[in-house]
Amino acid sequence: MAFLDLTHVRKVFAGTAAVEDFNLNIERGEFVSFLGPSGCGKTTTLRMIGGFELPSSGTITLEETDITFRPPNQRNVGMVFQAYALFPNMSVGDNVGFGMKIKKQPADKIRKRVGELLDLIHLPDKGNNYPYQLSGGQQQRVALARALAIEPQVLLLDEPLSALDAKIRDELRYEIRRIQRQLGITTIYVTHDQQEAMSLSDRVVVMSRGVMEQVGTPFEIYNYPRTPFVASFVGTLNQIQCTVVDAAKGIVAYNGQPLTPGSAVAAPNGSQVTLMLRPEELRLGPDGGENHLRGKIETVNFLGSTIRVTVNVGTAPVTLDVFNERKLKLPQVGDEYTLSFPPHACWVMPAVSS
Amino acid sequence: MSSSPLSVEGRDAPEARPVSPWRGLATNWLGVVPFFAFAVLFIFYPSIILLVRGFQNDDGVPTLANFAAMFNGLAITYVPNIISLPGGLSFTLTLPNLALNTVLSAYWISIRISLATAIGGGLFGFLLAYAVILGGLPRWVRSVLMTFSGVASNFAGVPLAFAFIATMGRVGFVTILLKSLGLDIYNAGFSLYNFWGLSFTYMYFQFPLMVLIMSPALEGLKREWREAAENLGASSFQYWRYVALPILLPSVLGTMVLLFGNAFGAYATAEALTGGQINLVTILIGAQIQGDALHNPGLGYALALGMIVVMGLVMIPYQFLRRVSERWLR
Amino acid sequence: MKRNTWWSWFWILLGAIYLFAPLYATIAFSLKAEKDIVSSLAYRQVLQDPDFWHTFLFSIEMAVLTIIVSILLVVPTAYWVRLRLPQIRPLVELITLMPFVIPAIVLVFGLIRAYSGAPFHITNFSAGTNALLVGGYVVLALPYMYRAVDTGLSAIDVRTLTEAAQSLGAGWRTIIAQVIFPNLRVALLSGAFLTLATVIGEFTLASFLVGLNAFGPYMSQLGQNHAYESAALAIISFALTWGSLGLIQLFSRGVPGQAVVGGPR
Repeated sequence: MAFLDLTHVRKVFAGTAAVEDFNLNIERGEFVSFLGPSGCGKTTTLRMIGGFELPSSGTITLEETDITFRPPNQRNVGMVFQAYALFPNMSVGDNVGFGMKIKKQPADKIRKRVGELLDLIHLPDKGNNYPYQLSGGQQQRVALARALAIEPQVLLLDEPLSALDAKIRDELRYEIRRIQRQLGITTIYVTHDQQEAMSLSDRVVVMSRGVMEQVGTPFEIYNYPRTPFVASFVGTLNQIQCTVVDAAKGIVAYNGQPLTPGSAVAAPNGSQVTLMLRPEELRLGPDGGENHLRGKIETVNFLGSTIRVTVNVGTAPVTLDVFNERKLKLPQVGDEYTLSFPPHACWVMPAVSS
Repeated sequence: MSSSPLSVEGRDAPEARPVSPWRGLATNWLGVVPFFAFAVLFIFYPSIILLVRGFQNDDGVPTLANFAAMFNGLAITYVPNIISLPGGLSFTLTLPNLALNTVLSAYWISIRISLATAIGGGLFGFLLAYAVILGGLPRWVRSVLMTFSGVASNFAGVPLAFAFIATMGRVGFVTILLKSLGLDIYNAGFSLYNFWGLSFTYMYFQFPLMVLIMSPALEGLKREWREAAENLGASSFQYWRYVALPILLPSVLGTMVLLFGNAFGAYATAEALTGGQINLVTILIGAQIQGDALHNPGLGYALALGMIVVMGLVMIPYQFLRRVSERWLR
Repeated sequence: MKRNTWWSWFWILLGAIYLFAPLYATIAFSLKAEKDIVSSLAYRQVLQDPDFWHTFLFSIEMAVLTIIVSILLVVPTAYWVRLRLPQIRPLVELITLMPFVIPAIVLVFGLIRAYSGAPFHITNFSAGTNALLVGGYVVLALPYMYRAVDTGLSAIDVRTLTEAAQSLGAGWRTIIAQVIFPNLRVALLSGAFLTLATVIGEFTLASFLVGLNAFGPYMSQLGQNHAYESAALAIISFALTWGSLGLIQLFSRGVPGQAVVGGPR
């Protein structure tokens, strides 16, 4: 049994299932993200762990104790809300110390811990300020400190950065991870931003419409997606509609051009499949691998460290990324190129109607 | 303050947009001239007249006599009170007794009735608002309460007085109903036409006002505050004690202050109900307008000014409390 | 979280009794004009009384004038303050708070003392006292008229609308008439109906300025001698208030509600 187990957790609202058969074992100290579009059930699942929703069926176990139906004020999990939810009538220091005050801890112990936490979040002199005097980013850090003050077994964060500006979001993102690592606290992080999920997590749970699509490390999710949804939700994806030519040998064809993912294809000859690959695996020129596609450049976007090029190879454009180099000659719109990629860089999935 | 330029980030500040190109034009002022002209004619000039004449005697000579007259006839008398103890012992305690004159007792009654209906109406209104917003009642109850509160809070004055006479007057519906059940309230000392009767009538427009103003405030209690408090271990009671009630307090107090002012300035209801028998400041001023009932025109002005002062003093905590509650319950 | 709702129902029931009992009692009383039968005699007497119509129409007239003057004063001012003179906003808001600090009885006292006698002698003419009455009512209506309009303006982002209209070539007269007013319809209707409800039954200003010409003092005087008719009048007045506020609700569907505060006290 792991540190935090969710077993066959299901939640039904008014006849529709918001969460379907959720199963997850989280180890102590892990940072797990729940990733998915809005309405996928990630927040509902988080709230069930926090005790603010009761599962329709299934169990939630924390350190071998069944907490499925325990009221939220007896669970010892710390929650950070999207809208900060700092108590406006209390100072920052009082907010952070609130949980300890409820537990009737001695005043000097509270003061000491509040001080430590304010240092941890880099706001040591804001103890006497009120929430309305702080910026959004500062308020969220205080909310984090408040949740950590009670030394919870699990930290739950519900899209904590969505309400903030992009720049603050970036800074705070790494702050949260740094603090989490420093304290070694098991953390669940809900977000719809896949960059956030991937850059912070030990593992990612991708969800869609209440269903867990895949659980894995960011590398696994990105490079070995198990469903078309996961493949297209995370990162940029090239999808090339092909027909199976030889399933056993793993040969498919696009516009007559043969392509191969390097292993057998699990679909009958003649059926439609989608060949998927990431932009960074393609090369301009024929030296990038066995698979070739010919096309004409449609757009060239200089993004700084990468150059994103879209090439029209027939019915749909293909995106490829080129690393920037000072000596590079930028490809021009209208140029004709052969694109190439190795077999292991791509994979095949049943055809998706996009 | 934080050194970063981010100190107001996260809050939208629509006023911080680029300055309008029309600012600073002299012609801008033309657009508001009618408004200020009106204000001068109908608000400031009459007020100044009252102010000036309050400090003048009949011949126009400046004086403080009018205000001094408010304290005429004040007397402190020493009244013996006989207190009997069990066992047959008794002793006499002589206590000072302040006998108020007409004016000061009018202020005292007005203040008392305003306090009573502000606190009573405030509490009752708060409980009702709580019941419909957070008390688990079906939605339609809330709509009905809001509608009726809107009507009731505007149904003051002459018709309200008539309605209460028909209800709780000597031959009122409820009076007769209670009599048939064996309870003669007028014999027991109740009267619609005294202080408590008037307070009871005032409540009709006081507590609905509280309901109307407190309902949005109660709605403004974010669900996340409750969840955060529970998450940190607080019981329901602790949540109310440390979070919800403190957050609501400025609204509640501010609205009670508003209710106080509302009752203090009321005239029509009292006049229609008691015919001027109860000596309120407003009634006194009314009597003074009609025919110098105080036999001292200057005193009338002083009264009116005193009323403005009281209301002004009431506004100060109200504004402060309103600003705090808006900030917290945004 | 479904909790015990007994407590809530208890208070609501108490509130309901308090709100409805006077209404019921008054209706019952008003129907007792003829001994032992339910009769609409009181209502018929009232509606046949020429004084009723005279004073009622007079008060309606005053109400309409008040509404017009209020709108003409408040809308341009609120607009200007928002767009061009934000620095005087505190002063304008202070002015709209004045009617709270200066209750009706003090206001009428001041108006009479200021304008009767030398050098104005306004109260010698009925046109003069009527003007004072309308002015007084506009003052009383100011807080909620201004707040309604101001809220309405902020809801429609008046600055952007104005800039859009200007970029299409509109002058300020056109802007106010064709862009601002139409979008403020709901706020103005709210304010108008509230003013109507307030002015019709108003007693304080009316009794000292125009005496028995207005509806409020008429009601009061009738109540001295005709108990049943006064009850009927109270019900008519209540129905009017209800009707006006109901119409406000009807027109302001979807607009965030504001506490409607006003009226005779």
